[in-house]
Amino acid sequence: MAEAGLTIVRRLRSLLGDGAAIETDAGGLPRVAPRSEEAVALILGTAASEGWRVRIEGTAGWMPPDALADLALTTTQLTEIPHLDAPDLVATVQAGVVWAELRRALADHGAWTAIDPPGSGRSIGSVVATGTAGPLRAGFGNVRDHLLGVTLVTGDGRVVRPGGRVVKNVAGFDLTKLAAGSFGAFGVLTSVTLRLRAVPRADLTLVGSGQRDALLTAAQTILETGTTPAALEVLSPRAARASDWMLAVRLVGADPEVEAARNAAGGAVPMPLRELPVQEAARLWPEALAGATLGGTTLRLGAVPTSLDDALDLVEHHLPEGWMSVGVGAGIVRWSGDAAVDRLKLLRRAAAQQEMPLTLERAPWEVRSQMGHFGAYREGVGRLVSALRHTFDPGGVLVVPVGDA
Amino acid sequence: MGISAHVTAALAVIVGPGWVRTAPAELDTYASDGLPTHHSPPGAVVLPATRDEVVRVVQLLAHHKVPFVARGAGTGLSGGALADADAVLISLTRLTRILEVDPANRLAVVEPGVVNTRLTAATEPHGLHYAPDPSSQTVCTIGGNVAENAGGPHCLKYGVTTNHILELEVVLPNGSVATLGSRHGEPWGPDLVGLFVGSEGMFGIATRITVRLTPLPKAVRTLLADYEALRTAGEAVSAIIAAGILPAALEMIDRNCIAAVEASIYAAGYPTDAGAVLLVELDGATDDVVVAGGAEVERILRESGARTVQVASDEVERARLWQGRKKAFGALGRLNRDLFVQDTVVPRSALPTVLEQVDSIATTYGIRIANVFHAGDGNLHPNIAFDSRDADELERVERASAEILGVCVAAGGTITGEHGVGADKLRYMPLIFDGDTLGAMRAVHLVFDPDEIANPGKVIPIHACREWHTGRARRQTSGGTAPVAAAAAGGSA
Repeated sequence: MAEAGLTIVRRLRSLLGDGAAIETDAGGLPRVAPRSEEAVALILGTAASEGWRVRIEGTAGWMPPDALADLALTTTQLTEIPHLDAPDLVATVQAGVVWAELRRALADHGAWTAIDPPGSGRSIGSVVATGTAGPLRAGFGNVRDHLLGVTLVTGDGRVVRPGGRVVKNVAGFDLTKLAAGSFGAFGVLTSVTLRLRAVPRADLTLVGSGQRDALLTAAQTILETGTTPAALEVLSPRAARASDWMLAVRLVGADPEVEAARNAAGGAVPMPLRELPVQEAARLWPEALAGATLGGTTLRLGAVPTSLDDALDLVEHHLPEGWMSVGVGAGIVRWSGDAAVDRLKLLRRAAAQQEMPLTLERAPWEVRSQMGHFGAYREGVGRLVSALRHTFDPGGVLVVPVGDA
Repeated sequence: MGISAHVTAALAVIVGPGWVRTAPAELDTYASDGLPTHHSPPGAVVLPATRDEVVRVVQLLAHHKVPFVARGAGTGLSGGALADADAVLISLTRLTRILEVDPANRLAVVEPGVVNTRLTAATEPHGLHYAPDPSSQTVCTIGGNVAENAGGPHCLKYGVTTNHILELEVVLPNGSVATLGSRHGEPWGPDLVGLFVGSEGMFGIATRITVRLTPLPKAVRTLLADYEALRTAGEAVSAIIAAGILPAALEMIDRNCIAAVEASIYAAGYPTDAGAVLLVELDGATDDVVVAGGAEVERILRESGARTVQVASDEVERARLWQGRKKAFGALGRLNRDLFVQDTVVPRSALPTVLEQVDSIATTYGIRIANVFHAGDGNLHPNIAFDSRDADELERVERASAEILGVCVAAGGTITGEHGVGADKLRYMPLIFDGDTLGAMRAVHLVFDPDEIANPGKVIPIHACREWHTGRARRQTSGGTAPVAAAAAGGSA
């Protein structure tokens, strides 16, 4: 591997000059950090013609950088925010910008992005490519709902720019949504354009504790009042860092709006809901999210809100105890822990029988190479995904185990 | 040209003889949609009544390689639902069942021919509604909304169609059936629902649509502000959004449109000497919420130059304020034989300048433009009343329209915000997309429709697409660097 790696390094250095940082890791694997989308295109175009297989890396805050490949391409040098229009609430951000840094940059302009991805230290590209929205998905939608456009470099080095910079746009096919959450199967995201929001004037968190199913019922009752909280999570004891399960309700918006939602939520549930002091709330959510990488594997199951208890039963039956967070408003169970691939496959099949898709969000290569990020496709879907994959990566350059089919 | 008799006979076997139309007078009914500049009678029209009939119709047409165009209510404004004489138009207006309403999970399942407002009417008893509300919502269908990714005034707060579609059962152009997405919105793979919505009938036909429902607001506050100048009204829009307020709707109606409305049976009492009026609606969970929000919006409107601000005190007053906006297209339709409804988007902050440029273009070409649009989204609708029988006027309208799109794109905008590309805007696609991006879109289209029989000739200007090689060899046979990990790398598709 070392000799082939050196050959690749020499080739890249001659191609890119100072357009990329290039190194080799301890195992001799070349790692290239291009400084522009043109450099990304050149690398992938060359990889396609040379037959190299390339794995995509962000800041390694989420996916283990362990996929077998000839070359690692990291977005860590793509760290610019080339367009930040606070009055229009739109920003274009390169893929290597760390999410926390983006939030700080936006806050300086009174702007906010209503995405709170699980994990910590993650890059924008990672969050968008994996489609990993956090608790705010309940109130503000999935990652794809915040995207106005992307720049995607395909597996054969073409630069594709669907979407735009305006908040409403139906020109052409929506390749932006195809790219979001596809784990890089269709190319390397080099930048994304995000729809922003003004920093909310009020931001309040209520918590209650109790038995799992009682809290799920309580959360459902809050929804039945017609309230749509920004976040509505039921956290396992490990996620809540407590002895019991926790119901956490986040309300954001204008003061009267938050007050009305607080009254509705408080009046709907049988258990007391305690309002967290600002500092405590500011700790709760990041700590809960950081726990999503507690184990080597993180997955999510989708279920309608009234079936979330069934989804939890499935997870608890098939997998060892782990970190769990249930997005009641969003219809998501997220689990993190360590499990054998056979158990995970069993869970996927069992969940599919109940119309609950299992997405493998992160896992060691040994696991994700065997079961793919997605699987148990419905009839007709596998063929479409395979054909789309071939369209965007005809040479099979990108090492992304998108499906188990 | 035309559809062969054996195909129409086979169609009649599937749907019954009364539901296949071939007579010229019948076909002419389907020769236009809401776009007055295009006219194209289809070769035949078939009206299936069930999902199974749709599947069988598409299978038959795919077998004979006969192009087809799916159509809802025909209210589209981009010529997207027009079929040529060699194509069959599949009307979905008989698939009108609301199959399920699930209030606990805030979703409903419908057939494509269900009319938009009928869905909301069916869910209102549960305290829910279907949020996307295109101006044609009393007649347009959910299937058409999906095909076009339709918007509407309240999409400013609630999002457009794509934000409300959870699951789609679709008949692909080869006649096979696929189910995309899921009831809860979590995909089974890459986001094929997001890709399908807005594909303008070129990826297949949605036969079963699961939509997200949204709680009805418990309180609403509607305000109408009038401005002497269009520019100051445009500046007020930016001021509201920059203040961190997200109204449910933020609409603008300019002087020419006000004049048309006030001279019609839809007169809403708008001040006819105003350069423009802004209609702002806030909604929320309680009266306190909207009263507080309304007071802040009123302050911003006045500070930004509003001459007067009316606040609706009850539902009757609210309906009156909205009447001028909702019936504007009807009022404008009285001005001349035809009405061209343009649809572009600009960054909100560019609205004042772009509106002045549009005004200048109207003067240059000697035409009258009336603006009524979704100002909060920067989604412009310059409307041009004209007579398409007047060749000179038609040419001036088309040149003015092209110039408007040009200034919007130059301002950082796009060529369509909610009406779609269809047949009308094919030629403008290269203004906003390069050859590789258009090539990628065409390649994706071919994945769904390799024979190019579903709504052919729309959306993608093929001449502008860079060639997209899909069969490139995976590795070089000689002279390349040997791959070291390819054999060991795991799963792909």
